[in-house]
Amino acid sequence: MSIVPPAPAPSQTASTANGPIDDGLLARLFELGVDRRSFLKYCGVLTATLALPPSFAPRVAAAVAAADKPSMVYLAFQDCTGNAESMLRARNPDIASVILDLMSVDYQETVMAAAGEQSKQARDAAVGKGGHILVVEGSVPLGGDGYCTIGGESAQQILKKASKGAAAIINVGTCSAFGGLPAAHPNPTKAVAVGDVVSGVPIVNLPGCPMNVDNLTATIAHYLTFKALPARDSQQRPLFAYGDRIHDNCPRRGHFDAGQFAMAWGDEGHREGYCLYRLGCKGPSTFHNCPILKWNGGTQWPIGAGHGCVGCSEAGFWDTMTPFYDRLPHIEGFGVDSTAEKLGLTVVGATAVGFGLHGVGKTLQNKLGRNSDEQSTVDVTDGSTDLGSAGFGSSPAGRDNPDGKAGPA
Amino acid sequence: MSPRIVVDPITRIEGHLRIEAQVDGGMVQDAWSSTTMWRGLEQILIGRDPRDAWYFAQRICGVCTTVHALASIRAVEDALDITPPLNARLLRDLIGVSQYVHDHVVHFYHLHALDWVDVVSALKADPQQAAVVAQSLSDYPRNTAKQMTAVQQRLQAFVQGGRLGPFANGYWGHPAYKLSPEVNLLAVSHYLDALDFQRDYVKIHALLGGKNPHPQTYVVGGMAIPIDPNSQYAINDNTLQQVRGLLQSGLNFVNQAYIPDLVAIGKSYPEWTAIGGGLNSYMTFGDFGGAQPKRGQTDTAGILPSGIVRNGDLSKVEPVDPMKITEDVARGWYSYREGDGTPLRPYDGETTANYTGPNPPYDFLDVDKKYTWLKAARYDGIPVEVGPLARMMVGYAAGDARIKPLVDGALQTLGVGPAALHSTLGRTLARGLETKLLADQSLGLLDQLVANIAGGDLAVHAGVKWEPKSWPAKARGVGFHEAPRGALSHWIVIEDQKIKGYQAVVPSTWNASPRDAKGQPGAYEAALVGTPIADPKQPLEILRTVHSFDPCMACAAHVIDADGTPIVEVRVQ
Ligand code: SF4
Ligand code: SF4
Repeated sequence: MSIVPPAPAPSQTASTANGPIDDGLLARLFELGVDRRSFLKYCGVLTATLALPPSFAPRVAAAVAAADKPSMVYLAFQDCTGNAESMLRARNPDIASVILDLMSVDYQETVMAAAGEQSKQARDAAVGKGGHILVVEGSVPLGGDGYCTIGGESAQQILKKASKGAAAIINVGTCSAFGGLPAAHPNPTKAVAVGDVVSGVPIVNLPGCPMNVDNLTATIAHYLTFKALPARDSQQRPLFAYGDRIHDNCPRRGHFDAGQFAMAWGDEGHREGYCLYRLGCKGPSTFHNCPILKWNGGTQWPIGAGHGCVGCSEAGFWDTMTPFYDRLPHIEGFGVDSTAEKLGLTVVGATAVGFGLHGVGKTLQNKLGRNSDEQSTVDVTDGSTDLGSAGFGSSPAGRDNPDGKAGPA
Repeated sequence: MSPRIVVDPITRIEGHLRIEAQVDGGMVQDAWSSTTMWRGLEQILIGRDPRDAWYFAQRICGVCTTVHALASIRAVEDALDITPPLNARLLRDLIGVSQYVHDHVVHFYHLHALDWVDVVSALKADPQQAAVVAQSLSDYPRNTAKQMTAVQQRLQAFVQGGRLGPFANGYWGHPAYKLSPEVNLLAVSHYLDALDFQRDYVKIHALLGGKNPHPQTYVVGGMAIPIDPNSQYAINDNTLQQVRGLLQSGLNFVNQAYIPDLVAIGKSYPEWTAIGGGLNSYMTFGDFGGAQPKRGQTDTAGILPSGIVRNGDLSKVEPVDPMKITEDVARGWYSYREGDGTPLRPYDGETTANYTGPNPPYDFLDVDKKYTWLKAARYDGIPVEVGPLARMMVGYAAGDARIKPLVDGALQTLGVGPAALHSTLGRTLARGLETKLLADQSLGLLDQLVANIAGGDLAVHAGVKWEPKSWPAKARGVGFHEAPRGALSHWIVIEDQKIKGYQAVVPSTWNASPRDAKGQPGAYEAALVGTPIADPKQPLEILRTVHSFDPCMACAAHVIDADGTPIVEVRVQ
């Protein structure tokens, strides 16, 4: 996938940005308890996450160290707090605290000292000044205001108020980005995405269950560096994080191509790192940078550990990717009778082959318009891809009503 | 009577909690606990593949990110009579035990400490003196004057910047803050260190679970992570060494920072051993026994004890009878067909949403009627407290060989008797003690795993019942897990290979429970009564007691239905 074209540099910052970092700035960082080496290393990591050329590192560094702290207001609605927890895992410890120092985190219920009235005052003061970054976790129920209230106000009321004057909204996690779990069939509370309620403010969606915090810090660094939001696909997902299919960057891909599949948990193939497709892996239908970034400071990721991807960064995955172990992503060009072995061998080197999710093909066709090549290969049929009795799945044990229940995206 | 105090949102917790309290004469006379968010997961699970349930249920909560996955898997395994292999059980225990250490450290430093620690006061500290105090408490290597100075300067720069961010509008300078500036400074220093610690320690979950939050290697019948000492794609010696190092770092941090800091706070706030007790009845399911408990029963042979203590009577521990668990909805926004006050067992549970609360924006709830998205969970008809205090109380009463000396030692250090444990501080203390217990035991669990692998056992999954066609037409089961916040149970009914009914009775359902049909208050409500309030506009004392429970509201308010009763439209008055 191509490098994100960087936005043109605002001229007033260009001289500092492209030159070496000035010593005053480093002195200030040192006061904050950050040494030069770890700071530069950190900016290198950010730069790499953003898929920028290394020469951009000094510029990222300058922006990250700038004195003018933008305000962050972090709202949580129908959520599980998983994204706030993910935020606490920001990597590279000292510097991650700088990221906290770097933004003024004026409202974040999980960590803030104030409660009740005092917390609402802090929120309203930050919002009143405008220009804040609004980070949102969780979906918004439209089925009744009583489903989610905070301080006596409904989620909708708070969201509308807090998005006024915001510079941008960053949706962390699949629930605020696409409706997520609360919006899964039959969507009892009529939960929707933030983008369905708010208009007029640019949105960045960082789906994932939860989002990977490295993508959040990189988005913020990008915003501070270029004074612009990163380039995004038609679902408002930054290309630097959601530009590639998992399957295209997966270290098990060689085994997929060679037709070597793990067939049962703990079998020889599983132990040898074979492809997890036959155990339900949704990597072929999922766009996310998990294989590159991994999780928890690059320690591991689900496929690396041995469980298939479930497609958690895709809209409606709770309905379109389930049953997780029986619904195999459709691979175009192979009939339903293909055995896994035949299938894998035929696919050798066939990087041009497109994948489509059955059940969500039409949604994908509409949403993935950013790359016409890919769009043309997205399969819009809804055919079953049970791979036959040789497969581990008996029959696609679909739910009673498996179709048309993708959450509002 | 003065108007009620409202604290909403209660921050530094998981989820959305509102407390309304009647304060007269400088003291809480009555309190109401309300959960103000609901997602309706019950409807969402009905009809799905039971093997997928864990992934959905895990999203009940992202803070206690492992616990619902585990309880859900155990429920399905109980229903289908599946015994996962020993390796899988030990891997689950290691993930579970490290969850405790992680979760409790984060709770103590990041969710609870600011109730006791005045951050602004730390600016006045003498950093040299702070280091002397810190070194007198423990040999934690970062208790140096250099470190204290750096932290103070950092704080200074932060405050001078004029943007206090998450520390803005705190109750700084409140008369209930009692620590010296030096102890405040050392606590702030450890607050920052704990941020680093938790980030690194949780790599255990990445190594064994693929990621955190929401580890992804659970699977019905075992674990989806292979073991093979001769493969780089499986748990091997390299993985086990890394896990060992991280477990050891947890033990070190708990011994050198958490426990000494806890003791320092405990000694400075002795009055809080007489405030915030509440129900004095406790329940714990027990866990981490390695062996599979009998079907439908709690784990009675685990590191964490199983049992009931009633009315503070430490002379008797009753065994848990799961069939004595019921819920009613007299005061929750639901309706039951046989009447809202009828106590129903989880297998027969109903969940029909019926919001009758005020139309937002509102100032007060109508606490004489229904006022929360929680059901009232009861054991044998009485409200019980669950969580760290319940576990330490039951273990203490049962004379548990590990828990008894641990608790006795702490009581001696603080110079108080066992009755002092029925309190806000007792709860906070119990959480620290069990963290120490589990951090100690975690290395032993790893040793067991290593020994089992060394014996040639590589199995991680019992595959015989993996295929849905091998299942009976009808089955039902319960999965117990003693989660960091308390006794957790998931109940599943399976029919024709699909989920017919699913219900979870979770720790915060017990603790944050509203009144029941008989008018008996829940644990938070009972604990708040009698809490002194110095300034009704700054209800710091309410936060202390509520935070001592470590609320987890998304957990509490998901209430999953056993029979798929359709949800009625929300009515707004
Ligand atoms: S199917 Fe999954 S495991 Fe296999 S190569 Fe693709 S992403 Fe990797
Ligand atoms: S591998 Fe797939 S399921 Fe896992 S975190 Fe990445 S996108 Fe989500």
